Amino acid sequence: MGYCLDKAGFNQVLQALSRENVVYAPKLFKDGGGFSDTDRVRYGEIHTVEEIIFDRKSEYSFKEVLLPLSQTLFFFTEDAVKEADAPQKGAVILLRSCDLHAVKRLDAIYLENGGEDYYYKRLREKVKFILIGCQHSFENCFCVDMGTNQTVDYDAYLEIKNDKVYVDNHNKVWDAAFAAHSTGTPAVMPAYVTQNETRVRIPDGITLDVMHSRMWDEYDSRCINCGRCNFVCPTCTCFSMQDIFYTDNGNVGERRRVWAACMVDGFTDVAGGGSYRKKNGQRMRFKVLHKVYDYKKRNGYHMCVGCGRCDDICPEYISFSNSINKLADASKEVAANAGK
Amino acid sequence: MLANEYLPFLSEIKKVIKHTDIEYTFRLTYEGDVKPGQFFEISIPRYGEAPISVSGIGYGTVDLTIRRVGKVTNEIFERYVGDKLFMRGPYGNGFDINNYKGKELVVIAGGTGLSPVKGVVDFFSNHSEETKGMTLIAGFKTPQDILFLEDFGRWQQMLEVILTVDCAEGDTACQIGLVTQYIPELKLKDVAEAVAIVVGPPMMMKFTTQGLLDRGFREENIWISHERKMCCGIGKCGHCKIDDTYVCLDGPIFNYVIGRQLLD
Repeated sequence: MGYCLDKAGFNQVLQALSRENVVYAPKLFKDGGGFSDTDRVRYGEIHTVEEIIFDRKSEYSFKEVLLPLSQTLFFFTEDAVKEADAPQKGAVILLRSCDLHAVKRLDAIYLENGGEDYYYKRLREKVKFILIGCQHSFENCFCVDMGTNQTVDYDAYLEIKNDKVYVDNHNKVWDAAFAAHSTGTPAVMPAYVTQNETRVRIPDGITLDVMHSRMWDEYDSRCINCGRCNFVCPTCTCFSMQDIFYTDNGNVGERRRVWAACMVDGFTDVAGGGSYRKKNGQRMRFKVLHKVYDYKKRNGYHMCVGCGRCDDICPEYISFSNSINKLADASKEVAANAGK
Repeated sequence: MLANEYLPFLSEIKKVIKHTDIEYTFRLTYEGDVKPGQFFEISIPRYGEAPISVSGIGYGTVDLTIRRVGKVTNEIFERYVGDKLFMRGPYGNGFDINNYKGKELVVIAGGTGLSPVKGVVDFFSNHSEETKGMTLIAGFKTPQDILFLEDFGRWQQMLEVILTVDCAEGDTACQIGLVTQYIPELKLKDVAEAVAIVVGPPMMMKFTTQGLLDRGFREENIWISHERKMCCGIGKCGHCKIDDTYVCLDGPIFNYVIGRQLLD
């Protein structure tokens, strides 16, 4: 159902949604950038439509709402554990099509791979999604080639045109709130991009042999294993367990899970000092093949959604989309070597 | 209501068996189904969790043979009978005994690799009518590193046992040599139908499986165990993933046809 609201009216709807939800959207963090006097666009709680940043890509994704950077699982005393409470409120997340496709990837790991994850599920059940349209492609986006440029799987769609807020609502519960402030019922179709400047081609018939290609070697020296590509990625879901205890009583503390990254040192460390994938090139190979090869073997579709945030954030200007495009030649190289 | 897999339960230490200075078996109270080759996440609040494989299954207890090599295991070694540990699990697929019943079986273990497979050895030692013949080749670095010494006496009565060490000073009751050197001498009626389990350090597994293949074992008749860091044990944390395989869910026991592809 389509609606047209002025911004004040839409803010009233946001206020109503905020009673039982925290509304998250890309917003500006003044001076919050990686360098001095720079800003950062990332997810945070919003109360008005004016706070939402539409004209830039958020540097970090929405995923921290469902997978908090640090999440307390339980509290412990000497002989007892007590589960951490869930947030009282649900969440409404404003996000773009690529990110909404990423939710499916998070669900695949946390609801389907093995069993359902208790902590993920209790957050996920209370999350609703409002799609933000893309009038044009941002730098480094390659959603079209990944097939994530379009979606209908939203609770509502929102776009701003001529200072008015246009909404396509799929969530019946919200109809009354939108209708109360609507000045009309136009047909609203989500805007989506049909081409990106950045193109990727994932070759058919890759095999794991491509891990032996020389293409990975350049990342041994170029990559500094900072893991920023993992942390900004909306589909990276790995974590490590971490115990902390309180300084005033060392027998009391909590177990948390915190984001972990396959590019960062320590990810594969086993007790006794062993580790795997010591070289950065091997880590890059592991990550790239997970995103566009082995995840698909297990789940039937590619993990990468083409948001391009990894390329945006890399301090070494490593391009993930480029590395995808090198796979075809790398496969040929490995096949040629095997024939020798 | 969905169960919270991350919440550990308390288990009491019933017995501690010291094998070496750094390897003890802890017998812990546990009621529930568990298979050899599965693992538990053992935890001590403040120090964290560590995946430990099951080395023995009793009535109301499980044995976990632990090597003191890290933060958590150091702390476990401070515990003794009557103390309690937190644990959750069991996780992983474990060994399916049915794969080995009614066949000639060769188990080759290196060092602590013997603990995950010990339940299989125990089973056929207690049910010799279920096997057409079982050989255990167990290798350790030195005589001081031998685990489950008291069990070897029992196994030797029922099974063909080769206990070997890489090197030894002075007299020793065991043979000296790598586990691989005993493979060509294995007495087997029909090697094409024989089955094998190989568990140990990566290099040992590599050369041992190669030795078995050279001896005529079929790839699909060999099982191996992979070890990886596992933070969750339930397919979420991502640490143990190799290619499209999650060692904690799909393993840690793999048929060699699959296991040999798990390169990293």
